[in-house]
Amino acid sequence: MKKVMKKLALALSLGVGVNAGLMTTSAHAAQESVKVGFVYVSPTGEAGWTYTHDEARLYLEEKFGDKVTTSFVENVAEGADAQRVITQMAKSGHDLIFTTSFGYMNPTIKVAKRFPKVKFEHATGYKRAKNVGTYFDRIYEARYLTGVIAGHMSKSNTVGYIGAFPIPEVVRGINAFTLGLKSVKPDAKVKVVWVNSWFDPGKEREAADSLIDQGADVITQHTDSPAPLQAAEAAGIYAIGYHSDMSEYGKNAHLTAAVHNWKEFYAKRVAQVLDGSWQSEDVWQGMDANMTQLAPLSDAIPPEVQAKIQLLSAQIAEGKLHPFTGPMVNQQGQQILAKGEVMDDNALRKMDYYVAGVEGKLK
Amino acid sequence: MDIELITNILYATIRTGTPLLLVALGEIICEKSGVLNLGQEGMMLLGAVAGFIAMYHSDSFLIGFGAAALTGVLISLAFAFIALHLNASQVAAGLALTILATGLSAFIGADYEGKTVTALPSLTIDGLAAIPVIGKALFAQDAIVYLSWILVIAAYLFFKHHRAGLAVRAVGENPSVASNLGLPVMSIRYIAVMFGGALAGIAGAYLSLAYTPLWTENMTAGRGWIALALVVFASWRVERVVLGAYLFGFASIMHLVAQGLGLSVDGNLLAMMPYVATLVVLILLSRNPQKLRLFEPMYLAKPWHKGH
Repeated sequence: MKKVMKKLALALSLGVGVNAGLMTTSAHAAQESVKVGFVYVSPTGEAGWTYTHDEARLYLEEKFGDKVTTSFVENVAEGADAQRVITQMAKSGHDLIFTTSFGYMNPTIKVAKRFPKVKFEHATGYKRAKNVGTYFDRIYEARYLTGVIAGHMSKSNTVGYIGAFPIPEVVRGINAFTLGLKSVKPDAKVKVVWVNSWFDPGKEREAADSLIDQGADVITQHTDSPAPLQAAEAAGIYAIGYHSDMSEYGKNAHLTAAVHNWKEFYAKRVAQVLDGSWQSEDVWQGMDANMTQLAPLSDAIPPEVQAKIQLLSAQIAEGKLHPFTGPMVNQQGQQILAKGEVMDDNALRKMDYYVAGVEGKLK
Repeated sequence: MDIELITNILYATIRTGTPLLLVALGEIICEKSGVLNLGQEGMMLLGAVAGFIAMYHSDSFLIGFGAAALTGVLISLAFAFIALHLNASQVAAGLALTILATGLSAFIGADYEGKTVTALPSLTIDGLAAIPVIGKALFAQDAIVYLSWILVIAAYLFFKHHRAGLAVRAVGENPSVASNLGLPVMSIRYIAVMFGGALAGIAGAYLSLAYTPLWTENMTAGRGWIALALVVFASWRVERVVLGAYLFGFASIMHLVAQGLGLSVDGNLLAMMPYVATLVVLILLSRNPQKLRLFEPMYLAKPWHKGH
């Protein structure tokens, strides 16, 4: 198989060299400079998912200087629009294109077929090709830690969680958070409210208010807007942000946030394009690679709890602590993991049940 | 469910229903004059962004909401010119208005994306707000909620008892007859459209200054469209639009509260309720075509020019 691929690559590079007279002579040659494109699903703004990707884009410019030029298109709807934008980017001489939303998966694969020399990185997807890699971070590790923090900060033992859509990625976060919470307070419970939208500030606000009305004194979210933070601030309770540091939306409410950090990963991939060693990979890294982080901890968190979080973070990064370690039972009381057993990635990716301690029905 | 939860649900119902009430009220007044403006969603967005920017720089709610209302008026004038003056299809002009205003609001607001302002404070009436169950909902709201109630009462009295209100209705029922009676059809329609624009602008600013005090693209998330359904739900009656707006607000709160309570009702089913209610009302109304015709302005969405 490898041999065939090599031949194919050679044939391709020869073909290109002869007929088009392009500068590049081989798919694996080192390059002087790299043009990097980013496709964003929402505005870059000042917080949130897209903001974290744009932070990393700016980091690339800073780190590589003249060797890198970047461009981005924000607010690209998933589907046909995305395909048009990605095609345009590939056509206009970008060497490396980051497509940063799950719904860009099929458009990315389609465009990648037509532009085999362009390299693509798709966030959160599972379809790969020779020139399409995928990546995501293990945000559930930070979720677990925020659960531990919530366990120490909640007095009512009721914590609210605003979910976007009941898909494995979100459910995994809810479960990791609940496990962290229950490691501190075994009797505490997590109330989940689904808003069926990634982004609807009004709805997120209503959901946060309804959770607060029902006794939650810490809320967290797997949605994109800072509206839940504002609701918590107004109600005088605590909140835990998501995607990026959201402290400016709730100065007193914000305890910390589960944060993505794409900077070093993006830098690594750009460097690989520069030296010609880039290959399609499936990357799923967490606190070990600093891809998943916690936002700075609020002063409201007692020093001993802060110290504990530092310790747990280090343990997770070193691989000594895995949030999904048995004994673990699901909501119905069935055993999922035996004592000491660690969940494998395949099971993590498919998670479609609540662990014990989550209130409400998933299905 | 304890008393406090019920109190809070009522309070949230009013807050959630308020932007819907304001837009729908504006649209009713507009439609009473025979003009169908489908640009509500767009006007709300422009109001939200204009109000936000004005508030961001002035730190004054009066200027914020004033700018939102003014923006609503100005953009609705563009619609009125195309739909009334040039006699374009009102449906097409309204849709175009929404598309234009959605893009325009994103463009204007690009530099303010994700920024925040202080939220509109509540004006609590001390003694009355302590009344169990209803006190918080009725007497601990912010200024715009109270304003919406004043506007509803004013609109009700206007259409019921005021000559000018009758004139607006006459223009909507039959502009030619109204014109022959000496009523300035065009002026009345222009004013009605502008009034609808002002209320849509304020409703948008309610989202960006009070409800979720931040600006972000498309933050109205379809509330302008819901308001259009509300007008039909209310069968063009001012008093019913209050009921409808709060019913929508209640349903949208309840589907979240029910999940938190662990009630085994599918959240999506509850989220559907307001729309089901609209369909039911439409079906009930259309069972009696005579009645429907009595409610809907006869010349709604029909182009008209003097001498027609």
